[in-house]
Amino acid sequence: MSSMVVAVDLNKFFGDFQALDKVSLEIEHGEVLCIIGPSGSGKSTLLRCINQLERIDSGAIWIDDELIGFRQEGDKLYQLNDTEIARQRLSSGMVFQRFNLFAHMTVLENIIEGPVIVQRRTKSAVIPEAMALLEKVGLTDKKNAYPSELSGGQQQRIAIARALAMKPKLMLFDEPTSALDPELVSDVLNVMRDLATSGMTMVVVTHELGFAREVANRVVFMDRGKIIESGTPQEILSNPKEKRTQDFIAAVLA
Amino acid sequence: MANVDSTISIPPAKYSIAHLHHQPRRHYGRWLAASLIILALALIVKAFAQGQIAWPVVAQFFTAPAILSGLWNTILMTICAMALGLFLGVVFAIMIMSPNPVLKYVAVFYIWFFRGTPLLLQLLLWFNLALIFPTLGIPGLFEMRTVDFMTPFMATLLGLGINQGAYTAEVVRGGILSVDNGQIEAAKVIGMTRLTMLRRIILPQAMRVIIPPVGNEVISMVKLTSVASVIGYAEILRNAQSVYYANNRVMELLIVSAIWYLVVVTILSIGQHLLEKHYAKSQGRRDVKRVTPTEAEGV
Repeated sequence: MSSMVVAVDLNKFFGDFQALDKVSLEIEHGEVLCIIGPSGSGKSTLLRCINQLERIDSGAIWIDDELIGFRQEGDKLYQLNDTEIARQRLSSGMVFQRFNLFAHMTVLENIIEGPVIVQRRTKSAVIPEAMALLEKVGLTDKKNAYPSELSGGQQQRIAIARALAMKPKLMLFDEPTSALDPELVSDVLNVMRDLATSGMTMVVVTHELGFAREVANRVVFMDRGKIIESGTPQEILSNPKEKRTQDFIAAVLA
Repeated sequence: MANVDSTISIPPAKYSIAHLHHQPRRHYGRWLAASLIILALALIVKAFAQGQIAWPVVAQFFTAPAILSGLWNTILMTICAMALGLFLGVVFAIMIMSPNPVLKYVAVFYIWFFRGTPLLLQLLLWFNLALIFPTLGIPGLFEMRTVDFMTPFMATLLGLGINQGAYTAEVVRGGILSVDNGQIEAAKVIGMTRLTMLRRIILPQAMRVIIPPVGNEVISMVKLTSVASVIGYAEILRNAQSVYYANNRVMELLIVSAIWYLVVVTILSIGQHLLEKHYAKSQGRRDVKRVTPTEAEGV
């Protein structure tokens, strides 16, 4: 069986700064992968390249065997247009550090927006599903609230429900708990833990080493645009081989 | 605690003034200014009361058919020109933010030209277009004489609407720029195309920033339509002038027009206030209950 995500030799530059340096990565179906590393190491950029919020400068990515962002013709890769990219993005759901709920919509409207407007499904079919997702994240009573009336932890759980409403093949989390007050982190991690248990393929950029140790199948350590080390949580978090990984983990735990 | 007292070095006898009554300061300057202004107002009112204004004529013409039809034309032109202005404003705002340099610089030129020339001049240009282009149309498809097309109504609509579009474009651009980039990324990742994103996420959120200045511009537009009297569009001022050319009651008819403008502008100001409140609400302030889609009730 083929992998969910295959990324080969990704390079990404921001001006002179190389954010990704020949990164290759493979993610299995149902795998929970945590990416850790210091800020500026390229871990968020890697995530954003997978769902095409950033355009890679070279290399290629496949999601579930479909080439992402390009169409091959002969010996060249041609960039896809806006509509095709929008369609490809449906295969992955994304959760942001700053939640990014639509500020002018209620919780329920946020969740059904994608299924109704983008996937053109009927409201009567989508609303029961949205309510089931709200139940899953424990916020049914907030369906008519606006994002500004919710705490950060509640907003992030709604953001997860919104991404799941699109029925994606994999979920991408970009530091989902970094903007939260400490006491709200566990609510969000619990939702993510349930999701991992349900068999969803997940890529999580995180500083929560405890979560990575407990939930991840594999942990990847990145630094300066490169994957330095990759292995089981035990291998990376407890017995890192590389000096840079050891330093990073010591600094985080200190 | 004890050392708090020790920091006060004034002899205890002096503390006794602390219980004295406080007298507010007297504002002699304010009293003087208010008196002078009231005196001036009284003189102005007296002048108008004794002036040779035939107030019964004002009352008589207030609802005269010529004035009411002029009022209707003023309102009609405000609505049409503002609609055209808003449409062009959104289109040119999007163009000016486009990565395509041709679209961008055409929009820059449009705004530069129509903000840089007087409105009255633009109206005269449109109205006299027949002098340089005797016919309008697409060769072979249809054609018409410019004088037939460029009626006072059309010339005013194009003049006011296109001029307004140049101002509104800047307002809309500011509104779009005010939308957080995170909102745009969130829309992208649920698979929205650029146009859907604009319609569903960006413009509704930009509205909160766009509404107040556009409200002001609607009010300005009501008054700007009076410029069209110059090219013979039958709005309220033009009709008032027609009446006073016939009966010589110049000031009376100007007063009638002024009162009508004030009535319309007052109503619009109230409407603008309500609209701003509405958009502030849907941005998710507290204590707001919004009706959910009826389909949700069954759940």
